[in-house]
Amino acid sequence: MEFLGHYNYWIVIFLMMTGFYVVISHSNLVRKIIGLNIFQTSVFILYISMGKMPGGTAPIVAEGVTLYSNPLPHVLILTAIVVGVATTALGLALVVRIKEAYGTVEEDEIHAQDESL
Amino acid sequence: MIETLIDIVLLTFLAVTAIVIVRIRSLFAVIMLAGIYSLASAGLFVVLDAVDVAFTEAVVGAGISTVLLLGTLALTGEQRKTTSRHGPLIPLAVVTLTGAVLVWGTWDMPLFGDPGAPAHQHVAPRYIQDSPNEVGVPNMVTSVLASYRGFDTLGEVTVIFTAGVGVLALLGFRRRKPRHPEREKP
Repeated sequence: MEFLGHYNYWIVIFLMMTGFYVVISHSNLVRKIIGLNIFQTSVFILYISMGKMPGGTAPIVAEGVTLYSNPLPHVLILTAIVVGVATTALGLALVVRIKEAYGTVEEDEIHAQDESL
Repeated sequence: MIETLIDIVLLTFLAVTAIVIVRIRSLFAVIMLAGIYSLASAGLFVVLDAVDVAFTEAVVGAGISTVLLLGTLALTGEQRKTTSRHGPLIPLAVVTLTGAVLVWGTWDMPLFGDPGAPAHQHVAPRYIQDSPNEVGVPNMVTSVLASYRGFDTLGEVTVIFTAGVGVLALLGFRRRKPRHPEREKP
């Protein structure tokens, strides 16, 4: 059970590092934002994994149920998901403006055009 | 037992989707896969008892985010070139090193599904036992969100409002003159 006990965390770390890799290795700005989304979702999975109670059920009061999963991580992640889509929207708006200003969304082409970066 | 099996299968599916997102070239396919990734994680949240989070992730992550990304793709256009100035080696080394340190950190984490984990000890029992009487809503997530941690939600609304103002300020209502008129379609 040692392996299964850590499997969630390892997949979370793998997903997190995949998102990180997309952010630092690809030069397309839309791909970078998708990488940030992958990273973010991995953090959600980490929190929800920590709230799971074995044999528990969803934290909604029901007849004959005594064991519930921890509702606190769920609340934190609900907030994080909505904030996440707000930041994604803002980032994509910036990408659209960068496209209007530079005519490209590739990071290295923008660097080549603008000496100050 | 069956829950653990579904958990493992969905996590593996997420990992495979993430690898394909890194490898594939077409930006449209990447956006669709990001939607699939969000939907699979919503399924995982159902298995892990977080039904409210699963609803939100399916609607916001798989729905709205995909629409926003597709809209951006329509405005900026597909670009085939995916090479970057550095090869893949430096980012791969950074990512492997960071990941190794994080895996080392998991040895101190409580095992998955440990009932004695610190996360279950502090305020969670109070929310579970007393919130149906104190707030009067059967869904504990709702009572924590709207009552016990209401200021968190107020802060969330502030963040969304700020982001909305930011998007409007960036894209606005005006039609800006393009700086490179030859690149714009008529």
